Amino acid sequence: MIEKEMRVRRIEHGTVIDHITAGQALNVLRILGVSGTTSAVVSVAMNVPSGAIGSKDIVKVENRELEEEEVDRISLIAPNATINIIRDFEVIEKYRVDLPEKLVGVVKCANPNCISNTNEPVISRFIVNKKPVELRCIYCDHVICEGIAEHLI
Amino acid sequence: MLHHIISMKDFSRDEIGIILNRAKEFEPVARGKRSNLLSGKILATLFYEPSTRTRLSFETAMKRLGGEVIDLGSIESSSIVKGENLADTIRVIGNYADSIVLRHPREGAARMASEFSKVPIINAGDGAGHHPTQTLLDLYTIMRESSLSGLRIALVGDLKYGRTVHSLAYALSLYHADVTLVSPAQLKMPEVIKKDLKKQGAVVRETASIEDVVEDVDVLYVTRIQKERFPDPAEYQKVAGVYRITEELLKKARDNLIIMHPLPRVDEIDPAVDRTKFARYFEQSFYGVPVRMALLAMAMEAV
Repeated sequence: MIEKEMRVRRIEHGTVIDHITAGQALNVLRILGVSGTTSAVVSVAMNVPSGAIGSKDIVKVENRELEEEEVDRISLIAPNATINIIRDFEVIEKYRVDLPEKLVGVVKCANPNCISNTNEPVISRFIVNKKPVELRCIYCDHVICEGIAEHLI
Repeated sequence: MLHHIISMKDFSRDEIGIILNRAKEFEPVARGKRSNLLSGKILATLFYEPSTRTRLSFETAMKRLGGEVIDLGSIESSSIVKGENLADTIRVIGNYADSIVLRHPREGAARMASEFSKVPIINAGDGAGHHPTQTLLDLYTIMRESSLSGLRIALVGDLKYGRTVHSLAYALSLYHADVTLVSPAQLKMPEVIKKDLKKQGAVVRETASIEDVVEDVDVLYVTRIQKERFPDPAEYQKVAGVYRITEELLKKARDNLIIMHPLPRVDEIDPAVDRTKFARYFEQSFYGVPVRMALLAMAMEAV
């Protein structure tokens, strides 16, 4: 525990996303819109040893609480992640991400010939199967089961 | 609740049964008996891709039920060439017609159209996706010429790209059919679809040899290997003509075997087979009319 404190300092206000699937931290940052040019204070720890899942990534974002849609996106690439909302150094809420049953406007269909990938006025929609994670496009029935991060909008 | 007809997956076995039984009632009308069931109704046919039998059988079905048909004419002379999107086209045509039959090159087009339409959409093929009216007429043919219970069927040819076999295989799984998939390695049915079938409880086997199955099945469902699906002509040449149904092959067939084909055929079925007791593909194309009558009636008659 002490060792972890040294790696990533406690934050006063903001969100700690813990138990991220090792290797996905940078994708989580992408989902949060954090890039080299944003001013947010962000700490990232990668491949931290973790009893439960072997190793994990952690992202701490200061002065920000996540939107539901952002949590949905994170759940796709890091299904075991936990969200800790911090105010005044205290965890005031902690929950595990949960895959929603439906995803609207979150993922782009991988079928280039799908009607949702045209100039038609439609938003992508997927039905979610949780175990294993499979997304089925409601328009063309195409199933995305691998490399979901690459298809995030 | 509008009766859109988009995908076989929207239908339960009971609902399919209702449609097939309704089609049977329409058979005399399809053969020429007068009907005014849909008199005063207008069907719009929107074909963004070429089609002869699907379009003509819909028109025939509508006209024999006393209704009228309007169509888009050629795409080149329509508003589509000006860049109008499908959603707008559907909203406009829905103001003119009581139902719309749509064929479109993109997968999911019919589902999307149904979200924008105030009249029922009937999917007549969306890219490599669904073609439910073909599947329903295939099931009807099996019901009339063979039997849907305890069915043993071989699907032969292009099982990778052929949209009709994907929808049909799914529907057969609702009947717990024993399905053998016969295709060259390059044209095997996609894993995702096979997984869906097994989930439904269908028995699914695969083989590359048609000789293996011909003596064991009740139905041989033959499809064309489509040249346009192959980027490399040499690849096409390798698989073209691997399955050719001949009288010789049929010597081993069961007595009550039937042969089906969605047509057009190229050389998958030897013309000599047309004269055998096994051939049913022309009956199959006729059955498209009563089945589409049932669907049109479902979509448009006052309930």
